[in-house]
Amino acid sequence: MMAVLAAILDSFGGRAGHNTAVVLAGTMLLGVAAGVVGVFAMLRRRSLMADALSHATLPGICLAFLLATAVGSDGRSLAVLLPGAAATGVAGLLIVNWLTRATRISEDAAIGAVLSVFFGVGVVLLSVIQALPTGNQGGLKGLLFGQTATMHAADAMLLGVVAIASIIAVTLAFKQLGLVAFNDEFASAIGVPVRAIDLLLMSLVVMVTVSGLVAVGLVLVVAMLIIPAAAARLWTDRLRTMAVLAAVFGGTASCLGVLASSRLDRTPTGPSIVLAAGCIFLLGMIGAPRRGVVAGLGRQALVAARVHADHALRSLLASPQDPRPIGVVLPPGLIGRLARARLRRLGLVRVNGSMIVLTPEGEAEARLAERRRRLWERYLVTHAEVAPSHVDISADAIEHVVDPEIVARLEAELAADDARRVRGGADA
Amino acid sequence: MNASRIRPDAHPASMLAGRPEHSADSPLSVHAMTVAYQRKPVLWDVDYDAPRDALVAIVGPNGAGKSTFIRACLGLVPRVSGVVEFWGRPLREVRRRIGYVPQREAVDWDFPVSALDVVCMGRYARIGWMRPVSRADRDAGAACLDRVGLRGFEHRQISQLSGGQQQRVFLARALAQESDLYFMDEPFAGVDAATERAIVDVLRELRASGRTVICVHHDLQTVPRYFDAVMLMNMRVVASGPVGTVFTPENLQRTYGGRLTLLAEASEAVARAERG
Repeated sequence: MMAVLAAILDSFGGRAGHNTAVVLAGTMLLGVAAGVVGVFAMLRRRSLMADALSHATLPGICLAFLLATAVGSDGRSLAVLLPGAAATGVAGLLIVNWLTRATRISEDAAIGAVLSVFFGVGVVLLSVIQALPTGNQGGLKGLLFGQTATMHAADAMLLGVVAIASIIAVTLAFKQLGLVAFNDEFASAIGVPVRAIDLLLMSLVVMVTVSGLVAVGLVLVVAMLIIPAAAARLWTDRLRTMAVLAAVFGGTASCLGVLASSRLDRTPTGPSIVLAAGCIFLLGMIGAPRRGVVAGLGRQALVAARVHADHALRSLLASPQDPRPIGVVLPPGLIGRLARARLRRLGLVRVNGSMIVLTPEGEAEARLAERRRRLWERYLVTHAEVAPSHVDISADAIEHVVDPEIVARLEAELAADDARRVRGGADA
Repeated sequence: MNASRIRPDAHPASMLAGRPEHSADSPLSVHAMTVAYQRKPVLWDVDYDAPRDALVAIVGPNGAGKSTFIRACLGLVPRVSGVVEFWGRPLREVRRRIGYVPQREAVDWDFPVSALDVVCMGRYARIGWMRPVSRADRDAGAACLDRVGLRGFEHRQISQLSGGQQQRVFLARALAQESDLYFMDEPFAGVDAATERAIVDVLRELRASGRTVICVHHDLQTVPRYFDAVMLMNMRVVASGPVGTVFTPENLQRTYGGRLTLLAEASEAVARAERG
């Protein structure tokens, strides 16, 4: 596999070699893991917690560096920096938790406060380190925005191990993670240890985030959790499919990002991975079949066309035999044309030049539609307290939604109304 | 897990044994249960024994603690004091025999699962950890959907169901639990006529097969038609027992008393204002 990756990299014209291939593989695996863990973080509404966590790692990184240099070892090795990152990251999470429980501060405010204070402390420490005579802090800057170029094969292996462990953990606890995210009370009622599952999820987020610092950097690492999951949600309504898609998106974005940043000298990896993920999200946002923007516009146009077609039927019903100008019964533009196409497809109208007239079927359908509309109106008036949740915009099939007894009563009332109107007309 | 925290001295034998008013074969026995949010008590010293093979309605004004009662019985909110036993045993020993239908509003219906996925969640306790949902479990889930009249909706995403259908999915999930005692939190709230009929049919089937169902219910008119027993509640148990003897105007007045008085005061004030 490494050979294949190296070959791909070679064809990309980079200074490829075994080391780069290992780095690429590790980063891709981490992208996959972040995508999968991100699905549950998003569904459990913990995405912003991950942001607080990642920013809160900076002081830990700096402190670990200072401590290691003080005792004379290499402050830039990941084995030193990542435990430090995890320590203050988790401390940040605990403080967010404590703030929301012990005070009246809401969670988003607590996250904002902790995130900025910890990051601020980290930046101050960073400038302290820079002022040190021995301060070779090049490795630290890389952790801000991600720098895979300086990564060793051993570091990449570490990423890969963390990633694979996270993926296995999610696979094993898949049912419970999904249930707790969907309905934690029910989970608790059937004996699922909700707190333990939440703890597992946050531990996975910590593991992915902290090891992701190297590749993406702490400022943007939260994007690796959120964007693939959000993009996957656009394409599917099934949890399993969503997890698989998020994994694919996360892996692809990492791969593209690493390749792009190795092509463009001095571009940090983080932003290019996030950009790649952003492009994947954009594709889904535009083109996804049900949740995409295009599909949404199309659906809206069809609903509007249907409503206008119904209107046209009713206005033609006023004098069913007489052709009338199309412009009078249907609006101009795309919606009008769609409505006209619908009416003709269903054989409800005949169009002759610029004139439109009901067919016999159209007249029957128009009368039915009129009756349904009046039933719904009557229902809204008589059953105001439950009606809004049942009313169907297209006025279709009241019989399918409302109790048959009620429909029968409404119909009787309508008939009585009609009779009264006819009598009234005769009196006048 | 909550149960062990609340009752560190839990004893395998019934803690309520020997009390004449509690019997070990009652599906639910609650004794001296008090629940508080912050320092404000929501339930105060509640005593209750549920009858067997019966449909029980919990009725009371808003804020009377009806949902809290169910949630406290299930260990979902901590109790300040009191003992809850099922068939004379603590919750953790009999959890499998208890089904739960939460309020429909409790979840995000845009969650990426199908109706059948939700129903299969009712079998998770049976399936256990780390095992996938088996073919047999999915078949059992589909059968439960069929029982609530949702055959053919198995693969529908849950946001594409009407409110009543969503409620029936929750009911089907509880059926998939195959329990002996069911708690349902307002299963009839805001549902259409077809759903109401489907729920009533299922409740009667459950009773016929020897199950007990305890429902928070808000529609006083349907209580005598749908339920055998009633528990009138307003922070405390005002009265409980068979509908025929307990569901009386006097008891309702005592349950809703505060509100009725308020209404009377308001209408008097309006009348005075109109006179003035």
